[in-house]
Amino acid sequence: MSLLEVRDVHGGYGGLDILNGTDLAVEGTQIVVIVGPNGAGKSTLMKAVFGLVRVRKGSITFAGEEIANAKPESMVRRGLAYVPQEKNVFPTMTVRENLEMGAYHLKGSAKPRMEKVFELFPKLAERRNQPAGVMSGGERQMVAMGRALMIEPRLLLLDEPTAGLSPKFVDHTFEQIIAVNRLGLPILMVEQNAKHALEIADMGYVLATGKTRYRDTGANLLANREVAEMFLGG
Amino acid sequence: MWTELLQLTIYGIVLGSVLTLGAIGVSMIFGILRFAHFAHGDLMTLGAYFGLFAVGLGLPVWAALGVAMAGTALVAVVIDQTLYRRLRRTQPVILLISSFGMALAIRSVVQLVWGPNNQVYKQGIQLPHRIGDIVVKPDHLWIVGGAVTLVVAMHLFLSRTRMGKAMRAMADNMDLALITGIPAERVIVWTWVIGGSLAAAAGVFLGLDTRLHPVMGWSVLLPVFAAAILGGIGKPYGAIAGGMAIGIAMEVSTMVVAPAYKPAVAFAIMVLMLIIRPQGLFGGRS
Repeated sequence: MSLLEVRDVHGGYGGLDILNGTDLAVEGTQIVVIVGPNGAGKSTLMKAVFGLVRVRKGSITFAGEEIANAKPESMVRRGLAYVPQEKNVFPTMTVRENLEMGAYHLKGSAKPRMEKVFELFPKLAERRNQPAGVMSGGERQMVAMGRALMIEPRLLLLDEPTAGLSPKFVDHTFEQIIAVNRLGLPILMVEQNAKHALEIADMGYVLATGKTRYRDTGANLLANREVAEMFLGG
Repeated sequence: MWTELLQLTIYGIVLGSVLTLGAIGVSMIFGILRFAHFAHGDLMTLGAYFGLFAVGLGLPVWAALGVAMAGTALVAVVIDQTLYRRLRRTQPVILLISSFGMALAIRSVVQLVWGPNNQVYKQGIQLPHRIGDIVVKPDHLWIVGGAVTLVVAMHLFLSRTRMGKAMRAMADNMDLALITGIPAERVIVWTWVIGGSLAAAAGVFLGLDTRLHPVMGWSVLLPVFAAAILGGIGKPYGAIAGGMAIGIAMEVSTMVVAPAYKPAVAFAIMVLMLIIRPQGLFGGRS
């Protein structure tokens, strides 16, 4: 049984469907990457999984339980953590407070979990008392990921984690995603930076007009000429 | 002239204490629920009268303050859960108008229960402290001391407790708070508890400084909003500076304009602020 399984999902905002029969699965501790042209529904799919977009038809199961249209608050309890592309930190709160908020629903001290996050992102430990809003884009992305890890999730959803970052930070962020995954945490991510993302992906999905067009290992998708011409810019 | 300026500044700090306590609530409610709460002045009135009720039972004023704060917090939560909660998914302007209606309702109830006349917490004249030519009433010290204590308590709540931090998180980024699993409805209830109890304290202090009247809170609503906007609405810490600045400006202005224009001074500052720096004195939200 897959950890996350999306089957023939249709849905979107208001009366307009953006997803028109999307399929996807995350197994074990994979890194699964969703790529595709602008407007393909990549971020919408991510939001649908997290209950932020209405699913009109189809099913989404997480660890065997149906979660389509469940409330976003309940997703955190089930062990899903979602890092949105933009506005993914609490800007006037310090790094430490941002992380504490991640652990809000968990009982007991947040300290041990926070130490783990600081081990993973030593830079955050240095800046723990700074407001997140004054940090650079790359650092904010670390805060956002750290906040999500505080939930102690069973699956991490990342929406375009490298959007708007300088090339140096893009590489750095990819390294961190790999490091997080090595801890045994499966990751589902949407990426504009398709080539780079597929290089680190165990499994890749190519989405276009709200449908899953290709599904293969990251390496095979990169080697697929059709995919390269149509979706990866030749 | 300097004596007069100093004296008026002292009155301004007293008025500023009242405005600050009101403005903190307005600012927090705006930050979390995204609407201007027009019934806040009348919550202040209600708090003042709850205090009068407790004083009537023979309680000392400080204990009456506690009763007033608890009672008003409860009323604020009940109003939110029965009225505002149903309107949360509508446009903010609908909430604003409904709070306006709630303002009228509270005021009418106060007038029905306690009557339309002026009332005071205690009869008789207080002997003021004199320092040179400056006059300070003992009540003024209680008001300023009480306001400082409450502001410090609010600061500790917002900076040290889990719920206080969740409140700041929701004001900072509502969508992310939801995604993070912060229980929005529980945070909203606490927002009303804090906003309502601070409003009650503002009302009791206002009644202590002047006297109680069913429109006492409504008549300071404009300066309260001016204070919240001056400090940057949605930022409770800004409301402290805003409240003091508006209070002092209103009192000191009486050196050059007639006292009847005090609210106009607050209004002028608010309009100027909205034109020049709508994000408030301390920068915008990022």
